[in-house]
Amino acid sequence: MEKDVKKQQEYKDIAQKYEPKPTLIKNIIWAFVVGGLICDIGQFFLNLFVSRGMSPEQAGTPVAIIMVFLGSFLTGIGIYDDIGRFAGAGSVVPITGFANSIVAPAMEFKREGYVFGVASRMFNIAGPVIVYGVGTSIVVGLVYNFLK
Amino acid sequence: MDYIRAFVVGGLICVIAQILMDKTKLTPARILVLYVTIGAILGGFGIYKKLIDFGGAGATVPLLGFGNSLAQGAIKAVKKDGIIGAFTGGLTATAGGISAAVFFGYLFSIIFNPKTKK
Amino acid sequence: MAQKKMGLQTVKFVNPPSIISSGTIVGPKEGQGPLKDYFDVILTDDTYGEKSWEKAECKMFQDSVNLALKKASLNINDIDYLIGGDLLNQIITSSFAARQFNVPTFGLYGACSTMAEGLSIGSMLIDGGFADYVIVTTSSHFSTAERQYRFPLEQGVQRPFTAQWTVTGSGSSLLSSTGSGPYITHVTTGKVVDLGMKDANNMGAAMAPAAADTIITHFNDTGFTINDYDLIITGDMARVGKSILMELLNKDGLNIEDKYKDCGIEIYDESQDVHSGGSGAGCSAVVLNGWLLSQIKNGTFNRVLFIATGALLSPTSTQQGESIPGIAHAVTISRYT
Repeated sequence: MEKDVKKQQEYKDIAQKYEPKPTLIKNIIWAFVVGGLICDIGQFFLNLFVSRGMSPEQAGTPVAIIMVFLGSFLTGIGIYDDIGRFAGAGSVVPITGFANSIVAPAMEFKREGYVFGVASRMFNIAGPVIVYGVGTSIVVGLVYNFLK
Repeated sequence: MDYIRAFVVGGLICVIAQILMDKTKLTPARILVLYVTIGAILGGFGIYKKLIDFGGAGATVPLLGFGNSLAQGAIKAVKKDGIIGAFTGGLTATAGGISAAVFFGYLFSIIFNPKTKK
Repeated sequence: MAQKKMGLQTVKFVNPPSIISSGTIVGPKEGQGPLKDYFDVILTDDTYGEKSWEKAECKMFQDSVNLALKKASLNINDIDYLIGGDLLNQIITSSFAARQFNVPTFGLYGACSTMAEGLSIGSMLIDGGFADYVIVTTSSHFSTAERQYRFPLEQGVQRPFTAQWTVTGSGSSLLSSTGSGPYITHVTTGKVVDLGMKDANNMGAAMAPAAADTIITHFNDTGFTINDYDLIITGDMARVGKSILMELLNKDGLNIEDKYKDCGIEIYDESQDVHSGGSGAGCSAVVLNGWLLSQIKNGTFNRVLFIATGALLSPTSTQQGESIPGIAHAVTISRYT
């Protein structure tokens, strides 16, 4: 058993030697630029709604809906994955990426039907996000309730 | 001016995620989960608001902002309705975004077909 | 000791079967690669006019069988066994394709090693006197593999440089008990080897130990040396796997670099942005049946060791934190017996 572990570690070192490293600087630059641009699009709509008389907080929801629409649409026409290829986290982290993670499997699993394909698989990634997000917010709420 | 701040704040939040993706084996899905959780925690402590004040959409558009909205929603509902608010507040505050995602997800899956990668 | 067995894992055939015909059909990307002139059919669209990619892959499988039959002027009724495999869960491509063929069928799963596995078993059936004609077919499809093992196609993901691109293609070999080559003379069947690699994006590292193990065993069992071969070609080690394999073999005193190629590296050009290289059960199948056999027949290579490697993971095993076992099967293909 011990010999196995040693052998595995030796092999791991060899394998790691030949593993090409990601182009970190290039990836960081693209993530920064694309992420920043998407946020600026959000800022544009935020300013638009505030100028119409909404408070920034009120404007939050329509901005979110618009960004979700944009991410969904770009996924639908098949562009979002091309952006993601070079943008990396710049396309994953904004809420447009969340939309992409829903629309992509929804489109993909259409062949498996509209109930178990589309409707079930669209929550592949969004599901965990909602579970952990809502879960944490409940804990926050409970803690707040007991502290106030 | 606010466009520059939004660009920088949003960009930096993405850069941190990119470093995590490249240096660790964290998949995009796990990053999203991590960010929404951290956003909710920072929101709970009242810290995230400061980032929003400075960065505007640069703080609200990334998924950290979504987490923050969930937490702020829960707190707001607790203030109004007591303990039950912890359970209703999060989803209420983010209902617009989530509903839009469900709706557009379904709609676009009907209209569009996935295309293979080149 | 079984009479035709050599050493630990190798079999030598008394009546080596001939690969008398072959069929290959590939997708658009493969049809733009360096081997494009060697494929029988190149699709312009990888949906092949079907409603799903799974149906398209199935149609490709059927086509490659029919192409091989046509070139040998044979009918499916002349065939004793169809041996087929693919990457999809429960090998639905092969099973569903076999529906229209009315032929005794063995379904195999060896991941990307299936072509060599099929050739091994098919050859044993013929040499053992159990069959005169056997067709061995495998297939893979980028889109069916992506949606099963990895991500939906429209999802924005960044593929690491260790990642490999699943080949869209199906290849068939028609084996016969009579014929004038190329002959399958020896088969070394691999053991499952797992050295703890867990990264599903680095198949090369997962499979290299198995490839090294089978190659070393082949030379030990047969007593052959590197000089007995003109080419040693693996299925889909790709660039990352190749480097690791060369080092593993060097450690054992075996330097094959001058005579080494890999189907996953040959099938795509660097400009096609496939990162480490091609992979998939169809990869070794189309390169073997399209390009390699022609090079053996025209004398460029007289004797080739063809080793297809497979990564034996499932979509759930990696989620459970399991490592990835590998396997490699070697087949000696020779112009002369």
